[in-house]
Formats: sequence, structure tokens, C-alpha cells
Amino acid sequence: MASIWRYILAGLGLAALLVGIVAVVYLTLPHSASGPDLSRSKKTANGLFVASFEPERGVIRQGELQSWLLTLKTAAGAPVEGAAITVSGGMPQHNHGLPTSPQATDYLGEGRYRIDGVKFTMSGWWQLHFGISAAAGSDSVVFNIVL
Amino acid sequence: MSVACLVALAALALLGGCGEPQFSDAEKKTIASLALNTLPSLKPDTTNQYADVPAAAALGSTLFFDAGMSRGGTVSCSTCHKIDRQFQDDLPQAVGVGRTNRRTMPLAGVARNPWFFWDGRRDSLWAQALTPLENPLEQAGNRAAFAHYIKKRFGERYERIFGRLPDLSTAPANASPLGSDAEKAAWNAMPASQQDDINRVYANIGKAIAAFERSIEPEQTRFDRFAIDLATGAKPEGDAALSPEEILGLKLFIGKANCVTCHNGPRFTDGAFHNTGVPPVDGLPPDRGRVDAVAQVQADPFNCLGKFRDGDESACRELRFMVKDGPQIMRAYKTPSLRGAADRPPYMHAGQFSTLDEVVAHYSKAPPSVEGVSEVHPLDLSDRERAALVAFLKTLSD
Repeated sequence: MASIWRYILAGLGLAALLVGIVAVVYLTLPHSASGPDLSRSKKTANGLFVASFEPERGVIRQGELQSWLLTLKTAAGAPVEGAAITVSGGMPQHNHGLPTSPQATDYLGEGRYRIDGVKFTMSGWWQLHFGISAAAGSDSVVFNIVL
Repeated sequence: MSVACLVALAALALLGGCGEPQFSDAEKKTIASLALNTLPSLKPDTTNQYADVPAAAALGSTLFFDAGMSRGGTVSCSTCHKIDRQFQDDLPQAVGVGRTNRRTMPLAGVARNPWFFWDGRRDSLWAQALTPLENPLEQAGNRAAFAHYIKKRFGERYERIFGRLPDLSTAPANASPLGSDAEKAAWNAMPASQQDDINRVYANIGKAIAAFERSIEPEQTRFDRFAIDLATGAKPEGDAALSPEEILGLKLFIGKANCVTCHNGPRFTDGAFHNTGVPPVDGLPPDRGRVDAVAQVQADPFNCLGKFRDGDESACRELRFMVKDGPQIMRAYKTPSLRGAADRPPYMHAGQFSTLDEVVAHYSKAPPSVEGVSEVHPLDLSDRERAALVAFLKTLSD
């Protein structure tokens, strides 16, 4: 009889060890909540504008030159016209910039600006920074894109 | 079986993973993206209206192999781009009329590049093809001599494709804006309309050679057969079955070793420029890579924004939106395709490494760049891991 209890005790011990290991693994795994903010529409840094950034044709294709649309509205929701826009960016985890120099090439009306020459040459976390100057003032916004 | 044994087995299964060494869904997705069957069909080149004209490709093929297309008649494109050697020459630096400072690039899939040469100093395949023709270390010719040669040797074939050749009776035998002092003087003495006529013939030579080169495409390898089986859930048979070492190498390639960051897609290249800390070669002239190529491609009269382009300017977005400055282009070189790489040492832009083991050791160690900043970080791969990566790379050649 005593030997069966020894087995059960050993079994319980092993089970406890397993629970411990699983708990440690779970706690050290990266959680999706801690990733970069992937929203495609947000307030600019100082709250002057609301900016939205979308690929013009809807999908992102790695390795292809694509045009995107940056839509700018005031906090009150009015389209921002005549904005001067600068574009920069890169991959924060690889310590390098963009493989191309995207530019705001066209104003399409209703606060929409075409940002052409965007190319993502690799998968991973990319950032695009926009400097925006318009009648309401100057502000900036950063969009995160993960491929 | 006793309770203790069952518990112990359960623990082993949990800790060690069950069954075959296989791939996660993310790994499977990456592997599928590298397979040759995902290579899209070749896009038309609107800057070259003859790109897909068979007669142009046929003339281009003649010119590619014709040593008459050089000063002295001894060097053709195929001198360095050898047809039986993946269109490269196995030398650390190419040798034409003289010795250059760069490794000859292979040509499989070349028409798919946005940029040409190791540093991207040309922006189209036809503009690229013109450059060695006048380089004194390569074919060492001059455009006036090429125009006369085309008229004499291939006049009828040329005219059937490109229309009437210009009257060259008053054009000097040798003249070029890039040649010797005498050739430059002869060029500058020509009326602008005659310069234009000769530049037009010269551009068409490049367009014919490019039309031929568009047919040179990568071929399926063991890796592709394995990847297709993995994607379809079939069990890889025969040589499509990778060995445990090759599978470890593949997992490292797309995982811990980060190779796939730049060597991505079915051609195993992102087509972009990176500083990876590859050392310069003693005795060669200073070489700063992409940073010096920007001004060259902008100044090239045969670039996409120049008047010899066919089609409209919308084809010129790569040139229009290129990165023109900044620290990241210092000593940056184009990511080469890895297809067939195992069969064509030496490696890097000036043949710095003589084996794949040396290449992998370089990336594992990741020394700093002599100028600019290397993008790669030390990996500290074990001997076994480095050997596995080399074993995997060989599956892109078999």
C-alpha cells in the first residue's frame, strides 16, 4: 500500500513542476497587447488634426512601389486643405530607414493626399512619420505598419 | 504501465514537443513565399517598346555573344556573363579589356530588378546593357563606333526592328561623351542632331540586348519541390525530401539567422541596398557602393527620365522616389539572389569570400563596417548551425 502512495506523491510532484513550467513560459511570452499601435486613423501628436493612412488600392504588397492616401481632418472634422507634408520612416528594430523616399504627390480633395513611392521590402515592423503644416499649425503623426 | 511512467511520458511530450520536427504555420507561410511557383509573370517594360519583340531579342542575343562589340574585337557581354556558368565568370572581379573592381552578377531573373549593378547605378536593363560597352575596363568601345558597326554588320536586321538607320556618312569613326580625350573632342564637335542620331542607335542596342536578357529566368530546384510538397501537404519524395541538416538550415534561414529579412520572395532578394559590413579589398579603388551610384543614375542620359525612354513617365517611380542621401546608403550594395549561389563562388561585390562557409561566418560574426553602419548584428551561430545553413543554401542549386 505504501508504495502506491509514493507513486501518487511523485505524480503530484511532477504535475506541480509542470504547472510551474507552463506558468513561467506563459508569463515570459510576448503578449499581443504590447505590440505597436496599428490603428490606421489617429489624432496627430498635438491633437491639431485627425490623420488616416490607407493603401490606395486597399492591400499592402511587399516589395512593390505603392501609393497610399493620407486623409487629414481638423479636430472638428473639416477637411484640411493646402497642407505641406513631409514623409520619413524606417524599421525601428533594424535601425534603418525606408528603402524609398515617399512624397505627397497629389491633393485629391476632401483632405485626401496621395503619398506615392511607398515600398516595404521586408516583413516586420515599419514606421511612417508625417510632418504636417497647414493653416491650423504644424503637427506630426506616426503610423505603425506590421507585415 | 504505472501511473508514474504515464506522468513522466506526459511531461516529456509537453516539454519536448511531439512527433516529427515540423514547421509552424508562420514558417510554412514564409517557406511558401520563397518557392519559385510564387514568382509572378514578368511585367512588360514600357520604357522599352521592343522588350518583348522576338526579332529584337534575337538581335540582342547576337550582340550579347559578339566580340565585335568591343574595342579590339575580343570582349562580348558573354565574356563575363558565361552562358554555361549562370551568366557569370567565377572570378572575384570581372576581367574584360582590363580588370574591373566588381564581381560579375549572374543573370537569372535579371529583368525583374528595379536597379542594376551591385550599386544600382542604372535603372533599366537596357540602360545597364549600354554601360559595359563604353567602360574602358570592359568592352572599351565608343557609341559612334558601335553605330557604324551596327550599320555595317546588322543594318538590315536593325532596320526591320527599329526603322531607318540615320545617315552616318559624316559621323566620326570614334566619338563618345565618355571616351578618351580625342573621342570626347570628336563628340563635342558633332552637331546636336547627329549626337542624337547616334544616341538613338546606341539606346536601341541596349533595348535589343535587354529583350534577349528577359528570357533568362531562374529554374526550379530541390528547395522548390520541397516547398510545394510542404504547401500541399504531400510527403516530399526522392530529392524533394530535405535532410534533417537541410531542414535545420531552412529553419535558421527563416528564423534565428534572419537571412530571410533581406533574402526574401521567390528570388531570395528584396532588390534593395544594404550595408552588411563586407570589408573592402586591398588594392582596389575606394568603393562606397550605393551612395556614389545615386548621382551616376541621375546623370545617365539613358535613365528613365531621359528622352530615350519609350512609354510615359509613370514607369519612372523607382528613380523618382529613390533614396538620394543619408547614412544608410554608405557602402550599401544590392541584395543578390541566392538561387544557384552555391555553385558560383566567390561571393560579395568584389569576391571577398571564397566559400559559403566564409559568407555565413561573416554574418554570424557581423563585424562593423569600415564606413557607414552595418545593418547586421552578431548571431553567434554554432559550427553545426553554420554548416546547416550552408547545407540549406545548396538546396537552391540542385
